[in-house]
Amino acid sequence: MSAGEIKHTGLNLGSTDELTHEQAGSAVFGFWVFLMSDALLFALFFATYGVMLTATVGGPTPASEYKILPAFLETLALLTSSFTFGMASVAMKHGAPRRQLIGWLAVTLVLGAAFLGMELHDFATMFGDGAYPTRSGYLSSFFALVPLHGLHVFFGSIWIIVMMVQVMTFGLDARVKINILRLGLFWHFLDIVWIAIFSAVYLQGLIR
Amino acid sequence: MNQGIWPAVLGRFEWHELPFVRAWENPTASELIGAGAALIVIIGAIAAIALITRFGKWRYLWTEWLTSVDHKKIGIMYIVLAFVMLSRALIEAVLMRMQQAAAISTPGFLAPDHFAQLFSTHGTIMVFFMGMPFLVGLINYVLPLQIGSRDVAFPLLNSISLWLTGGAAGLMMVSLVIGEFSTGGWSGYPPFTELAFNPGVGPDYWIWAVTLSSIGSTLTGINFAVTIYKMRCPGMRLMRMTLFVWTTLCTSILMIFAMPPLTVATAMLALDRYLGFHFFTNDLGGDMMNYANLFWLFGHPEVYILILPAFGVYSEVVATYSTKELYGYTSLVLATAAIALLSFTVWVHHFFTMGQNADINAVFGIATMAIGVPTGVKIYDWIWTMFRGQVRFTVPMLYSLAFMMTFVLGGFTGILLAFPPLDYLVHNTLFLVAHFHNMLIPGLLYGMLAGYHYWFPKAFGFRLNEKWGRISFGCWVVGFYLAFMPLYVLGAAGVPRRTQGMFDPIFRPWLYVAGVGALILFAALGSLFVQLWISIRERDDNWVFAGDPWDGRTLEWSTSAPPPEYNFAVIPHVHQRDPFYGAKRGNSYAPPTSYSDIKLPKNSVTGPVIGVFGAATAFGLVWHMWWLAIIGVMAIIATVIARSFARDVHKIIPAAEVERTERRWLRAVAEATPIMREVEMTSANQGLAEVSR
Repeated sequence: MSAGEIKHTGLNLGSTDELTHEQAGSAVFGFWVFLMSDALLFALFFATYGVMLTATVGGPTPASEYKILPAFLETLALLTSSFTFGMASVAMKHGAPRRQLIGWLAVTLVLGAAFLGMELHDFATMFGDGAYPTRSGYLSSFFALVPLHGLHVFFGSIWIIVMMVQVMTFGLDARVKINILRLGLFWHFLDIVWIAIFSAVYLQGLIR
Repeated sequence: MNQGIWPAVLGRFEWHELPFVRAWENPTASELIGAGAALIVIIGAIAAIALITRFGKWRYLWTEWLTSVDHKKIGIMYIVLAFVMLSRALIEAVLMRMQQAAAISTPGFLAPDHFAQLFSTHGTIMVFFMGMPFLVGLINYVLPLQIGSRDVAFPLLNSISLWLTGGAAGLMMVSLVIGEFSTGGWSGYPPFTELAFNPGVGPDYWIWAVTLSSIGSTLTGINFAVTIYKMRCPGMRLMRMTLFVWTTLCTSILMIFAMPPLTVATAMLALDRYLGFHFFTNDLGGDMMNYANLFWLFGHPEVYILILPAFGVYSEVVATYSTKELYGYTSLVLATAAIALLSFTVWVHHFFTMGQNADINAVFGIATMAIGVPTGVKIYDWIWTMFRGQVRFTVPMLYSLAFMMTFVLGGFTGILLAFPPLDYLVHNTLFLVAHFHNMLIPGLLYGMLAGYHYWFPKAFGFRLNEKWGRISFGCWVVGFYLAFMPLYVLGAAGVPRRTQGMFDPIFRPWLYVAGVGALILFAALGSLFVQLWISIRERDDNWVFAGDPWDGRTLEWSTSAPPPEYNFAVIPHVHQRDPFYGAKRGNSYAPPTSYSDIKLPKNSVTGPVIGVFGAATAFGLVWHMWWLAIIGVMAIIATVIARSFARDVHKIIPAAEVERTERRWLRAVAEATPIMREVEMTSANQGLAEVSR
């Protein structure tokens, strides 16, 4: 077993920490499998959204409710947060000073919170327009899919806080490192799902 | 209870929700049976608590079992759960058969609503709380041993899965005592299960019990798949794994992909019922056809989740009791993978009559028939494995043979049902009920029972009583044919399924025969328990501590019975398929040159805590006791976070202790008399096989 061997997809610890690198093999692979099943969850909500898109029952429609500017700003916030998390991972892997790792995690957290704030504001606006989930099948499917992603971001944010506390408590022991690798996968995964939401929900809804 | 703080505390609970109160107010046979069932649950729980207290076993139970993360103990707990739930669901089946036999042009003794609850709980339990726990239990016990590993990849996750399943099963039992269960069948179709038609707690019990267990099953699937990919011992290449491990791998992949659709379906139904969404309602754009698709996108792969592990058991059993290498190993692997893949291409055959166009039905009909091909390959492989083998008709082998005959018959009726035009005639009739029982009783139950008899000596160190095993086997087979063959006739004559009463006396003889069959099936279960009782009493004559009672071929037989907590003192190196069969012809019982410390995960309370709070959350949601639901969710999140701070999670078994344990076993092996296969069912069997070289 050489330290240069790739143990799992994504960022490998490799020779920076050979002992943890060994353990990370099944730990991170297991998380990939979990994400696969989570992705399926989203796929089914997307499919349902597609099926119910026309079920507006005379109520609000995608074109009347979606606004491109907030959606675009949310995308920017989330994509940037993926970049900052990447910086956190690199800091973790190469043993940068601990405050650097904490700093990047904090920036990621702030961006995640900004995303959630803007999204909640969007929802509030929609509610104000009379576009709430009990109005029609279309709105039901919208309010199941998009907030489900938001809920993931929310729990991802709590996870970031937990990891910041753990970095300060334990330093970078094997479990902290592995969990930061997993959290990274989770955070980037949410980005990919958001890109799908931005394209298949917001852009597609506004093109019509 | 309608004033003050009671609505906030008790939600929508009323005294009337207790079956005892209902029976008191309205003492009909139906209500009295309901109250009796509730009483059995309560007495059972009190008796269990009293017995444990009487013998002072609480500490033992907690430290050795409930908090254990050892895959072997978790496996055994799953199977105990499966037997408890099997008992309940089988009694319900007998009640339904009795009702139908009694209710020909009379109302019978069960009210329609009670009858509907019975078929809903029967189906839900048999699939989620009998079938799934049984197969997950067997896999848990056997899988790490067969791949030469000390545990599964995520032992704590394993305990959490067990407890989520256990919590959900507990919710099923609570529904007998408080409130009522769904009347919507095991598939819970809306709009019938929507708020508009079913405002009570029944569908909510169904939703949350199924959701909890499906989350547990998803996690189990992830755990098993990662275990197989990452935890195999050196030399255990994929094509050297046992067939049971292969079927486990396919089942796990199915679990990972098929459980999410169920979670999505139940979550959407819950959103409809709790927050007034319109996924499946009749009005405002709801579309129940989406539910049918989502549910069966899970439901059909689920059938193969249930059946594939049994195929694995049969492959082990037939090879071992024929003393032959499994015939057509590669074709069996390919057939298993093909079945797993095809299982995702046939879900529409569960609703051919929903109104989609005929071309779609044709595609799904053909795909359905195609599954018969790899299944046929398997049957031939097992037959060829027996050919010119030294076949012994032990109980597991008898189950395998009964399976082959009965399953093929069920397969034929499956091919009939796969024709959409024919399905239009018999869908929603007893023909369908006969068909899927004809698949799942041999394809799941017989397989699990074969595995139970086959691996019991490995898990507990003594053999099960052979005579009572045969009596039970006879009852399962005769009972099955008597109970379900008449249903084919009735179904072909147009009798709808899920009917509480009949109006044509011409059906009477068939219903009587089916009723007798149900009673014989009940006797079969009874004889299983008699067998267990007698086997425990006579265990001193039947010890097989040396660990190899059946001349086994695979790694699990190369350890003591029961195996030590760490499974293998030294991780084995494998050079061929059926590694222990080859090793026995060399020096397999030689002590290793040196022992080393072994690191194992410590017990954890995380699993029990998450299971209990998961069930509490579900109960709070069912009864609209929002405070309980909120506390439950917060407690689960807090538990997960708290656990992530735990650092002292491993224990070390010192080399000296490992050496002591191994020496004790090797001494027993040296003292045991190797036996010929002819006497393996007698007390001469001490767990050491005579090896012809």
